[in-house]
Amino acid sequence: MGKTLFDKVWDAHVVRQLDGGRSVIYIDRHYIHEVTSPVAFLGLRNRGIKVARPDKTTGTADHNVPTINRNLQIADAQSRDQLAMFESNCADNNVEHFGLNHPKQGVVHIVGPELGLTQPGMTIVCGDSHTSTHGAFGAVAFGIGTSEVEMVFASQCIMQPKPKTMRITISGKLDKGVTAKDMVLYVISQISASGGTGHFIEFAGDTVRALSMEERMTVCNMSIECGARGGIIAPDKTTFDYVRGRERAPKGAEFDAKVEQWKGLFSDADAKFDTEYSFDAAKIDPQITYGTNPGMGVGVTGSIPTGEGLVGSDKISFDKSLEYMGFLAGDKLIGKRVDYVFLGSCTNGRIEDFRQFAAAIKGRKKADNITAWLVPGSRQVEAQIKAEGLYEIFKAAGFEVREPGCSACLAMNDDKVPAGMYSVSTSNRNFEGRQGPGARTMLAGPLVAAAAAVCGTIQDPRDVFKDIL
Amino acid sequence: MYLKIYFKTMAKEKFVKLISGGVPVNIENIDTDQIIPARFLKAVERKGFGDNLFRDWRYDKNGAPIADFPMNQPKFKGEILFAAKNFGCGSSREHAAWAIYDYGFKVVVSSFFADIFKNNALNNGLLPIQVSENFLQKAFDVIEADASAKFEIDLVAQTITNVTSGISENFAIDGYKKECLINGYDDVDYLLSLKSEIDQYEKAKA
Repeated sequence: MGKTLFDKVWDAHVVRQLDGGRSVIYIDRHYIHEVTSPVAFLGLRNRGIKVARPDKTTGTADHNVPTINRNLQIADAQSRDQLAMFESNCADNNVEHFGLNHPKQGVVHIVGPELGLTQPGMTIVCGDSHTSTHGAFGAVAFGIGTSEVEMVFASQCIMQPKPKTMRITISGKLDKGVTAKDMVLYVISQISASGGTGHFIEFAGDTVRALSMEERMTVCNMSIECGARGGIIAPDKTTFDYVRGRERAPKGAEFDAKVEQWKGLFSDADAKFDTEYSFDAAKIDPQITYGTNPGMGVGVTGSIPTGEGLVGSDKISFDKSLEYMGFLAGDKLIGKRVDYVFLGSCTNGRIEDFRQFAAAIKGRKKADNITAWLVPGSRQVEAQIKAEGLYEIFKAAGFEVREPGCSACLAMNDDKVPAGMYSVSTSNRNFEGRQGPGARTMLAGPLVAAAAAVCGTIQDPRDVFKDIL
Repeated sequence: MYLKIYFKTMAKEKFVKLISGGVPVNIENIDTDQIIPARFLKAVERKGFGDNLFRDWRYDKNGAPIADFPMNQPKFKGEILFAAKNFGCGSSREHAAWAIYDYGFKVVVSSFFADIFKNNALNNGLLPIQVSENFLQKAFDVIEADASAKFEIDLVAQTITNVTSGISENFAIDGYKKECLINGYDDVDYLLSLKSEIDQYEKAKA
């Protein structure tokens, strides 16, 4: 019987199989950041050892960094200490480190791919659940906890049970004004926030094939939000072209040889998946979430479900969610008030997202009631925004572009949405308090966010921006 | 047993049997942002996380305890946390497992756990027990009727028993992790013991 793409990559990295199902897996690339590494580095010090393979480890400061006034000292002492500790830990262990003002600094899942460190067929881990992003390259990439970060530091290996496999096939053409983010939010709303648990998802189908690398990264990034361990997309010419020429990618003949290997990275025609789903791209509208988990989303022209037929703890959860959000069952989403708009995060903080947002708001003005945070995913993205003249477009419309970091996605820094305020956010989680205690998050793609930013309310971007779509 | 030779340096606490009461948090889809909000992830050491467990559900914005949250009700004493399905979803922060363990829970019982959280719990001596929806519902009922109701967990036999009703259920657990929990073994020591195999792998793949 044939193997799935996931099986091929996983099996090629098994160092030892343990009784009872766990495998010891070798890790090709370990990304680290300041929040989940300190206790792991402390563990190494207590054992009197150093990082085993610093050449396979890359660190960037992202979760806790300020996005403005970076030339000044960080106000919060704990944040300052955490960043300082990260720098010294990396230096002590000879690990590459991109600090606050380093030209390569940024959100870890944006920095890795743009440097060409993420490549097809690799195993990649990081102490962050959105590590699934790198699966867009045909890598097996997943998030790990701090104890596992320590394991990888010590041995360049990790112990994991092998997940089940799921294939989600999306076919057909996405409507104008419907982005990859909308596509994946739709999928999560169909299979629920726990529908993927225990599985590694392969995204397939002609709709997926037609996506750019950045769009594929958005999709794989969100796979964790339906509970999956990770997401993966088979590499193809789009992938090879993206990786070619990047700073840390192999060069010349070595690159060509790698491409020949990478062409073998696909699921065999007779491979069996534990679970399969299929979706029709034409049915997908721009999406918006109304509740407090990423699966609670609908088409922007739709209504919040009535909750009819829900019983027991399902009903309790649904009611609690709507109460937190200040919404009523059956409410329409169009016209709902918005206070904050966030464009950024490892989900939608790349240059294509900024281009899309800029093209939409060009010549218009930010609504007066909106506070907007436009946060590039990395210094490189920031440089591209400048080089392409997007800064001027944003400025003319009344938008300010900030400095790179995770920012309002999880609001560890000062970019917090105040209690009771509504934010339309291109990030990945809308849990209670995610963007600040009492903050009310509605997840969306860059175009629904742009529509909210210029209208001050939830609107259908296909109407608002029809002249440019 | 091959594991015994290697685990001398960093032994952890053992878990074999437990008889305790439960704290019922009958809410579904509890994500790790609720378990430990992001603003508490700035710590560089593993200290004080128990104080901030479920912080925004336990305390209001003025720091006053919220009376009807089960952890604030003194009648619920116990080392077992009961939660509705899809517990621990969301962010991979291991701090969530630390917070639960540091507060004083040894076990979390739910009908469904998110994968990363489950792994983090197992790596920290916190036992995640997945039971049927039926068993979980009965457990919530029994605790509601009698806050001091006890549950018995036998890790060797892989059973959890509702002492009041006498009903037991078997639970699944990864064989390697079970060994580690029962014996207080450490994963890093095990991996370090595989050094020559790892070196061989690297040479073969280079």
